[in-house]
Amino acid sequence: MSNTEWPLWEVFIRSKQGLDHKHAGSLHAADAQMAIENARDVYTRRMEGVSIWVVESKYIHASNPTEAGELYDPANDKAYRHPTFYNLPDEVKHM
Amino acid sequence: MEKDFSEIFQSKIDEELKIEPKDWMPEKYRQTLIRQISQHAHSEIVGMLPEGNWISRAPSLRRKAILLAKVQDEAGHGLYLYSAAETLGITRDEMYEQLHSGKAKYSSIFNYPTLSWADIGAIGWLVDGAAIMNQVPLCRSSYGPYARAMVRICKEESFHQRQGFEILLTLSKGTEAQKRMAQDAINRWWWPSVMMFGPKDDESPNTIQSMQWKIKRFTNDELRQKFIDVCAEQVKVLGLALPDPDLKWNEERKHYDFGKINWEEFWQVVQGNGPCNKQRLEARKKAWEEGAWVREAAVAYAEKRKQKESLHAA
Ligand SMILES: [Fe+2]
Ligand SMILES: [Fe+2]
Repeated sequence: MSNTEWPLWEVFIRSKQGLDHKHAGSLHAADAQMAIENARDVYTRRMEGVSIWVVESKYIHASNPTEAGELYDPANDKAYRHPTFYNLPDEVKHM
Repeated sequence: MEKDFSEIFQSKIDEELKIEPKDWMPEKYRQTLIRQISQHAHSEIVGMLPEGNWISRAPSLRRKAILLAKVQDEAGHGLYLYSAAETLGITRDEMYEQLHSGKAKYSSIFNYPTLSWADIGAIGWLVDGAAIMNQVPLCRSSYGPYARAMVRICKEESFHQRQGFEILLTLSKGTEAQKRMAQDAINRWWWPSVMMFGPKDDESPNTIQSMQWKIKRFTNDELRQKFIDVCAEQVKVLGLALPDPDLKWNEERKHYDFGKINWEEFWQVVQGNGPCNKQRLEARKKAWEEGAWVREAAVAYAEKRKQKESLHAA
């Protein structure tokens, strides 16, 4: 019974207090606790993190790259969502 | 349809856009990457063995701590790379199986023995040096997960080379015997390191396709020349010599000329007849087999804990 490959986990690391957790990579572990301990050894050997999240890879749902066009299209023609869209006279300060 | 996909694929590559795991890719691109990345991962893992040989005999606590950290880094590099390869649809166990059965190769350099402490210096300087030369362009490889793994690896590699050079520098300033030991290590590691870049360009049939796909950025011979040029200068700082009587600056080419490479030896080692091929593979297989109960116990423990937790919740 050697076909017991440990599940795959995705590792997210907060590099500094106040920053977001960012995807660092993945690893195999039998459970969450082991995943966190392994993540410490694999991804933070040089103080790269102050906090670690792990989630089993099978629980990650991703958007489909071939549908990227349709998926992001609705935001494509809405320049008025950006502050630079508006022309205001120079006299207006602090805005 | 297939044709559209492959045009989109190549145009992304031409625009320096990364290919990600879920993107369409030609089967041959996938297979080439699986082979290259897994081979690279195996090299990091097997590469721990020759150096591990000296951890318990490092000459000082400082050197021991450094060597431990370096070997641990190599384990990390192997794991980053296995993960990158897994995104292409091969499992970790399949890769191990390919290594253990001899189907997958690893860098031939690790089939040479580490006979003296100076070998640890020569490995850091030359072997990690050659690896860095190879790996820096791979940080721009077209496959996203591979490129990102290489960025992390390259950041960690530079201490490896520096600690090796420092070992040789210390020996080169030591007693006559220590100097001889350093020179002997360089003599044995130089040519195998030069061969690490792989066969000559005209005997490396996959290079053209790999360059078109931007998996590779430079040819084997280009990288080899760069490595030789750098080392030929660095060795002067050590007051030692590279074991090549034909090594000479060529003013016209603006490169060092160098002697004939023993390709016969290279292919012999690739085919399994190097001094340590058997020993290395056996060590890996033994570790895998003797670790089986740990893998099984961890799964059983995780299973049991999950059951307990769900009982608690109910
Ligand atoms: Fe490495
Ligand atoms: Fe290294």
